[in-house]
Amino acid sequence: MSLGIVMLVHTAFGRAEQVARHWAASGCPLVIHVDKSVPRKAHSAFVEALSDLPDLRFARRHRCEWGMWGLVAATQDASEIMLREFPGVRHVYLASGSCLPLRPVQELIDYLAARPTTDFIESATTADVPWTIGGLHEERFTLRFPFSWRKNRYLFDKYVNLQRAIGFRRRIPNGIVPHMGSQWWCLTRQTLSAVLQDPERAVYDRYFSKVWIPDESYFQTLARQYSRQIESRSLTLSKFDYQGKPHIFYEDHLQLLRRSDCFVARKIWPYANRLYEAFLTDQAGAMNRTEPNPGKIDRIFAKAVERRVRGRPGLLMQSRFPVEGRENRTTCAPYSVFEGFADLFENFEPWLARVTGMRVHGHLFAPGRAEFADGQTVMAGALSDSAALRDYNKRAFLTSLIWNTRGERQSFQIGPDDEIEHVEWDIAKDPNAQISVISGAWAVPLFQSNANFADLRSAAARLQHIEAEHLKVLRSQWARARVRIWTMAEFVESPMEPLQSILDEIGHSNPKGLAEVPRMADLSGFGQFLQNLKNQGMHPYLMGDFRAESGVHEPPGRRGRPYLVR
Amino acid sequence: MRLRRKRAKVRAFRKHFSLRPVSDRTVQIRPGDVLLFSTLRDEYVRLPYFLQYYRDLGIAHFLIVDNDSSDGGTEYLARQPDVSLWTTKASYKRSRFGVDWLNWLQSRHGHGHWTLVVDPDEFLVYPFCDTRPIRALTDWLDSSAVKSFGAMLLDMYPKGRLDAVPYRAGQDPMEIAAWFDPGNYMIAKNRLYGNLWIQGGPRARVFFADRPKKAPALNKTPLVRWDRRYAYDSSTHMLLPRGLNLTYDAWGGEKASGILLHAKFLDTFTAKAEEELRRGQHYSGSVEYKAYAAHVRENPELWCKWSEKYINWRQLEILGLMSKGNWA
Repeated sequence: MSLGIVMLVHTAFGRAEQVARHWAASGCPLVIHVDKSVPRKAHSAFVEALSDLPDLRFARRHRCEWGMWGLVAATQDASEIMLREFPGVRHVYLASGSCLPLRPVQELIDYLAARPTTDFIESATTADVPWTIGGLHEERFTLRFPFSWRKNRYLFDKYVNLQRAIGFRRRIPNGIVPHMGSQWWCLTRQTLSAVLQDPERAVYDRYFSKVWIPDESYFQTLARQYSRQIESRSLTLSKFDYQGKPHIFYEDHLQLLRRSDCFVARKIWPYANRLYEAFLTDQAGAMNRTEPNPGKIDRIFAKAVERRVRGRPGLLMQSRFPVEGRENRTTCAPYSVFEGFADLFENFEPWLARVTGMRVHGHLFAPGRAEFADGQTVMAGALSDSAALRDYNKRAFLTSLIWNTRGERQSFQIGPDDEIEHVEWDIAKDPNAQISVISGAWAVPLFQSNANFADLRSAAARLQHIEAEHLKVLRSQWARARVRIWTMAEFVESPMEPLQSILDEIGHSNPKGLAEVPRMADLSGFGQFLQNLKNQGMHPYLMGDFRAESGVHEPPGRRGRPYLVR
Repeated sequence: MRLRRKRAKVRAFRKHFSLRPVSDRTVQIRPGDVLLFSTLRDEYVRLPYFLQYYRDLGIAHFLIVDNDSSDGGTEYLARQPDVSLWTTKASYKRSRFGVDWLNWLQSRHGHGHWTLVVDPDEFLVYPFCDTRPIRALTDWLDSSAVKSFGAMLLDMYPKGRLDAVPYRAGQDPMEIAAWFDPGNYMIAKNRLYGNLWIQGGPRARVFFADRPKKAPALNKTPLVRWDRRYAYDSSTHMLLPRGLNLTYDAWGGEKASGILLHAKFLDTFTAKAEEELRRGQHYSGSVEYKAYAAHVRENPELWCKWSEKYINWRQLEILGLMSKGNWA
């Protein structure tokens, strides 16, 4: 009986009894503390149920409230009984009623017997730990906390603010250095008795009774004073989430717990029958002397907290709907937006799809319908091409499309005729968007059309106005998309370099350069067309300078062979 | 808002006089039990699987209002040992689609319990529902100091015509209606109530593609740690007090949430749509049923090439329709 168990119980007495019997069956003496707020009836039934165990004592009951002194007082009393009544005990293990031994108790006894002077207590200085609840870090030790955080949050907060305002600071007695760590420890008789029999204990008790969450700092600090050898880790597998409440283990964690090789786990859901059955029946001594290895469980719980706190970027759903500015990206993956390219090049979309392997949509925000790639009427995620549905919530339309097609880069066209008014800023502010604009290219379809010139003139004026406003958005200081803007004249001058740089950024391009170039529209006479617009009093400026003489800006495609960029 | 809540309570009180108990077994309810509340009419064929599904999840007691069924469902329910049954002949519409009746029963019997309010064609799926009973979820919500749990309606439909495969009593409806729309949902925030207003899915895609505003709402908060002061307002889409509607995270994170698999579109649907249209007892002039009846006559196929076949909750969670939050 070199190992003694101090057990704190406040609920699920049936399970606590089961675990107590399990410990006792391996010859471990127990001291049990039952929370004072447990009704007398439940308490006496519990005591009655365990009355047949010889090496079991009950400690004086304290009211244990989370974050308050009661838990420490209870531990002190119970530990004193343990040290006094069971002189053979060398290590004292602090456990709770919802702790579950995962390995045969004998393995734990052997493990401790091999390390007779080691104290297992997680203990780190406050500066080095990330666990903080309520934004209190070092102040846990320098302010006074007489009010409960759970029950009297208002007074708790007010009192903290008051102390901060008047600059109150407590003196830490005897220059001890506050340490914190998991409240579940395993100490040697030497260390524990030194803490409990310290002549200064009254001073420490007075100090720690007004520290916040003393159960995570009292023994952790004082053990540092006396221990010969501290292993700063807890033998109890116990994980806390971002709110400071313990993660709970369920039946589906069985294999994980098995493989963790930890001695004790906390906290177990009381109705997880299979866990209790699996671990409390004596395993036929698979005496593996491995060290505990909770890495996988750590990762799972860390991921869960990450999911709760940061969520999946670019996903809008029933339980993730961030306010503006907290989206952590509007969309979940990079995508490309092309403006004017489909007007200037005759076969731009099929060409782009071939060269990059992206899914290339037409004008997704066209007035009539969402022009999905390959003329589909429904897109990934069962997204409808109905303009009414799309316009009802354009942002949802865009984020859904990008979310539904994770793993496949999307691109689409935008033109001044499209209805982007509610989604324009979302795209411009989205760091995932790669926006490439050939300004003024909307004039090409006008130039090629067979409409009356008066109509062309008014259409040109309208489109130019819309595009100018749109470019202001793209150039604004809030735009965080990767934006490239060329005037049409610039672009026509040397079309391959811009195309190449866009494709490079997309990352799909062939290292040898472009094997195939898109076919540019026939622009002979375009300069004259612009001149005619000017002559009619409309001033087309977004396309840059085209001279009126024909032949100056002949597209390269007309030379008879595509030219290659090496 | 307080007035609205009071009004809901007063309505619940007024409408409760029309409820007539058939079998009241509520004395069996123990503290900590998770209770299910439902209102139904002529759903006999669905009941055996419905009760089975929720018993398997760990629902301890069913409290059901039967709105004048004539198909034998009443007698069937009265025979069940864990069902308390009330009947009424009063108007479904004028009890605000059953909400008044259930508000009353919930304040009478649900106080201090976790209560689940679902229709007989709704099947709750929550994280880890294949390995953990519902009590594990509610205990965890309790320990996280969370009082309400959101679950979006997910419309399930068969491949092919809706009436192609007949549904047999006791059968898992998801064997027939196995498909759903994985990613075409639209969310807006209701500024008054703080809840999210979710629309989309096959009903919006097929029946309401030209007037999305009228598309039915899919957001629901079915699982609540009930207090007698609480009330559903006009439908289970909104709760009062408003804080209970905040089942989502507004700071970029994800709260835990579930899904209500909505097995409405079975072969029983066509007949139901016609009948409900005739009764005119549904929301905003039964506009929904008018749209259905019109479409269902010509082309009752909701399936499309991008529909997804239902596997389990993990699939829904990966698709981003529900979330584990920080439950692991």
